[in-house]
Amino acid sequence: MSSIRIDSVSRWFGNVVAVNDVSMTVGPGVTGLLGPNGAGKSTLINMMGGFLAPSTGTVTLDGAAIWRNEQIYRHIGIVPEREAMYDFLTGLEFVRANAELHGLGAAEAQKALATVEMEYAQDRAISTYSKGMRQRVKMASALVHEPSVLLLDEPFNGMDPRQRMQLMDLLRRMGAEGRTVLFSSHILEEVEQLATHIEVVVAGRHAASGDFRKIRRLMTDRPHRYLVRSSDDRALAAALIADPSTAGIEVDVQEGALRIQAVDFGRFTALLPQVAREHGIRLLTVSPSDESLESVFSYLVAA
Amino acid sequence: MYNATVARLTYRGLLGRRRAFILFGLPALLLGVSVVVRVLVGADDGTASSVLGGLALATMVPLIGVVAGTGAIGPEIDDGSVVYLLSKPVKRPTIIFTKLIVAIAVTVAFSAVPTLVAGFILNGNSQQIAVAYAAAAAVASVAYSAVFLLLGTVTRHAVVAGLVYALVWESLFGSLVPGARTLSVQQWSLALAQRIGAEGAVSSDVGLPLALVLLAGVTVAATWFAGRKLRSLTLAGEE
Repeated sequence: MSSIRIDSVSRWFGNVVAVNDVSMTVGPGVTGLLGPNGAGKSTLINMMGGFLAPSTGTVTLDGAAIWRNEQIYRHIGIVPEREAMYDFLTGLEFVRANAELHGLGAAEAQKALATVEMEYAQDRAISTYSKGMRQRVKMASALVHEPSVLLLDEPFNGMDPRQRMQLMDLLRRMGAEGRTVLFSSHILEEVEQLATHIEVVVAGRHAASGDFRKIRRLMTDRPHRYLVRSSDDRALAAALIADPSTAGIEVDVQEGALRIQAVDFGRFTALLPQVAREHGIRLLTVSPSDESLESVFSYLVAA
Repeated sequence: MYNATVARLTYRGLLGRRRAFILFGLPALLLGVSVVVRVLVGADDGTASSVLGGLALATMVPLIGVVAGTGAIGPEIDDGSVVYLLSKPVKRPTIIFTKLIVAIAVTVAFSAVPTLVAGFILNGNSQQIAVAYAAAAAVASVAYSAVFLLLGTVTRHAVVAGLVYALVWESLFGSLVPGARTLSVQQWSLALAQRIGAEGAVSSDVGLPLALVLLAGVTVAATWFAGRKLRSLTLAGEE
């Protein structure tokens, strides 16, 4: 059982702050590192993997520093995001080379390839592999020494749904075995399906941490903004504002629409069609105006 | 200090890519030129010396050195696959030392050996010219490999930087500015050739003791620094 501890870590590149005073502990089980593109997820994973020094703060595995400590890789397996991987080797040669570098041999390599179900293509050159196959061979290379910590940077990118499910099963299994599995993703649904615990980073800051369901609720319960066009905007506005699920309505004369801020997502979505029907108003447009992932995340930062 | 797996990956990377064309092409060119010169001019020590000194030692050896030295590590750092070597409990100096040995072996095989063969074709090793230049090419291979391996770890433009050094500094400045010759791997290695070759067959601007100290110093310093560089290699993310 191993834990990675990130303690007051910041990392900047020149004038750009990529990670800003983040502290978190990643323990056994599957943890999702969630955040929009450019939020600092890769920077964090690179620091946890020993490929980037924190500008300030410390990153440790069970108390031992990770940066400039090659012995730490006895306990860590890394699945990088980048595609390149000795394409001129076959899958078997590649995984075997990784095993040898750990002081292991052919048996361990074969076992790792079996774990990711890649034995059928192990004698083909990696250059002929599809993206999903590459991802699985990368997994095999990271698993070959049975590490207690597994770090994966955007592992589901470019995978088809079946491969995605297989990899999720595998990661779930590793988590259930008591390994510390951390993967990054910018896709909410991916994290929802796999991780029990999530860490959210937005714009380099640690925005939220904890049980996925709680954070999901926080995301759903945030104020939602809608743009609504109807046959009678003012009558609709008057009827809606009477209900506590609506916090504010603006009549946008130029756009010919209502801008509605709802505080209770569930109640408002049920209320709107009901009110419209009761008052004989036709709804022409109902569109959420802030559903992008970035706005969901930035709400979390403010919360 | 030497890791067989790292060596195997490095050899396959070096000999399996497009670089192999240059590695095989340049020696073939040297041997071709030697045959033509021998047929047209006959066995002549002066001509042999200018072909081996001008084409082999001044041009081919540094070029092969650039290809093998930077190629032993540069592409892996560029495309990020070096992460698979670095995420292992293998000491960084071991990785660098192994790659240096591979780069030296490849450079010697593709430059010093063809130089020796070319020398025998040109004048049958008269005045020890073939052996002298081959020995010079061999020691130059060691220093070039170390320097260009270091370049491969410090810059993404290692090949360009290496070519500039090899062609501009060693060839151009070396022939125009007398002082530049003292700081030239080529001249250091020529000092060895001068000692091996018959009296007056080969000449160098640097004395042998100083040349050997400089060759060894540059090789050790470059290797040490490359190991240090690799230890704190930072992989920037895709972001």
